[in-house]
Amino acid sequence: MAMVAVDHASAPGPVVSLRPTGSARRRAIIERGVKAVLGLAAIGTVVTTIAIIVSLLGPTIEFFGDVSLSEFFTSDVWAPLFQPPQFGVRPIVQGTLMVTAIAILIAVPVGIGTAFYLSEYARPRVRRIVKPTLEVLAGIPTVVFGFFALNWVNPELVQRFWPFGEVGTFSALAAGLVMGIMIVPIVASLSEDAMRAVPDSLRNGAWALGSTKREVCTRVVFPAALSGIVAAIVLAVSRAIGETMIVLIASGSRPTTSLNPGEGMQTMASFIGFAGLGDQPTNSTGYRTIFAVGTLLFVFTFVLNMVSIRIVRRYREVYE
Amino acid sequence: MSLDTTLTTSVSPRRKFSNIVFRVLLYACLGIALGTLATLLVSVFSDGESRLSWDLFTNFPSSRPERAGFRSAIFGSLWVVGLTSLISMPMGIAAAIYLEEFARRDRWYNRLVELNIQNLAAVPSVVYGILGLAFIARGPLSFGFTVMTAALILTLVVLPTVIIATREALRAVPPSIRQGSLALAATRWQTIWRQVLPQAVPGIATGSILSVSRALGESAPLLLTGALTFITFTPTSTSSQYTVLPITIFNYTSQAKSGFLELAAAGIVVLLAILLLLNSAAIFIRYRFERNR
Repeated sequence: MAMVAVDHASAPGPVVSLRPTGSARRRAIIERGVKAVLGLAAIGTVVTTIAIIVSLLGPTIEFFGDVSLSEFFTSDVWAPLFQPPQFGVRPIVQGTLMVTAIAILIAVPVGIGTAFYLSEYARPRVRRIVKPTLEVLAGIPTVVFGFFALNWVNPELVQRFWPFGEVGTFSALAAGLVMGIMIVPIVASLSEDAMRAVPDSLRNGAWALGSTKREVCTRVVFPAALSGIVAAIVLAVSRAIGETMIVLIASGSRPTTSLNPGEGMQTMASFIGFAGLGDQPTNSTGYRTIFAVGTLLFVFTFVLNMVSIRIVRRYREVYE
Repeated sequence: MSLDTTLTTSVSPRRKFSNIVFRVLLYACLGIALGTLATLLVSVFSDGESRLSWDLFTNFPSSRPERAGFRSAIFGSLWVVGLTSLISMPMGIAAAIYLEEFARRDRWYNRLVELNIQNLAAVPSVVYGILGLAFIARGPLSFGFTVMTAALILTLVVLPTVIIATREALRAVPPSIRQGSLALAATRWQTIWRQVLPQAVPGIATGSILSVSRALGESAPLLLTGALTFITFTPTSTSSQYTVLPITIFNYTSQAKSGFLELAAAGIVVLLAILLLLNSAAIFIRYRFERNR
């Protein structure tokens, strides 16, 4: 097969051009074609983000044509699907923060503790059982967690032990507790990766200076892995903020500004789910409200995600 | 005076105590996580076992719990998740191959794509539901509340997972394989198609199975696009209306009438069983092919 063109005519002596000919030429075209097709698939992901932003933006802008920004951010009654509708977003933001706070209060200690155990203390045999179990926990669908929160956690734990007032069928506490367990695998596996990245030389140095195992963990490994751990926590917060089903099932759909987690509360994500259940005609106020809250949610999680990436990049320990 | 006694007596009782307390706390953390999982599984199974029978697969939803089942949900899930895989796997694998093998890392647009995928992975799944409602169910595509809409939305949800898993698999193939192939005058694509991809297949398969598990369990985005309708038929084409298993479970969980609780729990058992099967298949593949290496 001819691979290159040999040009005798136009110059003295042998001149070889490297332009491919024949089957090699066909191959070059295929190569370029393949690269283009693959690149198109990659661009598809960028198109998706643009589509999300565009789809959210249009109706949101229309929404704020009808509803004033000051009412949206300062009023504290959220009743967009009622007559007359009221659009104060604070109750659902407050609900989101409450449920997220409860979830993080559970997930961070349990997750970091599990990570410490897996990375510093566990024997290989124990690791081989615990790690897949965490993966199972991570793979359980959120409906299942919601069912568990409503039908076991609320009656058996919250209703029985919550000292501040009567607890009904729904409670933010039940949803928050179960959500915390749901995000433990995120915190645990990312923290564990960060801890295992700490080189043994640091640990050995601490051992050599007479530290106990606990001191090695808290004074050497934890500070070194801190950037990864913080990134894990930020990611977990982002996940908790966006969680819909657990809250929708176990925390009800009543927005409130109460600070008592024994009551049911609506969050931003669960409002979107709730509003989506009823069929909202396109361009009705209810329809546009979904988009306005969706934009708020997207902004929250986007900012958190960027913060997490920044933290890892800037504060990552460089060993050696 | 031996070295041993010096070392052991130099640790004060207080330090030893905090050592033990720390260890106990760690065990407690582990216990909370594993204990909750165990409690969940036991409680769901005990709630649902009275309704576990083949009726679940043959009965459609009904307002009477004794007569209700999951037939439409199970077939709907099969259709939706099947279509999702058909769309998401080629696209995700193609994008991953481009990013890993062809893209020059120093180019700004390639870095943008990578950052973008990281962001997409962190977007809450409801937001994909909103996107689907605006663009796919209504808006420019106007597919309505059908199987196709659900599949497209779920594709978006699982695409980052497929891409990231495939990239990991490609990265695990040693560079020496690529270099050897190129040294023997194979082109880039020939190298990828004939050398790299076959080696990366187990990793790609694992990632794909995990994405299928994810798609099977997703419910939030589909709430907004019609999966909650009262469906008493199985899909016949991609433009059929549909429901999926997690949404039907949600439906039964939200019903106050007694009898639906046990039914929902039975549905959960079925769902978890399917997921367990899928994940076992993934682990099996990983184990099998890692041994061959």
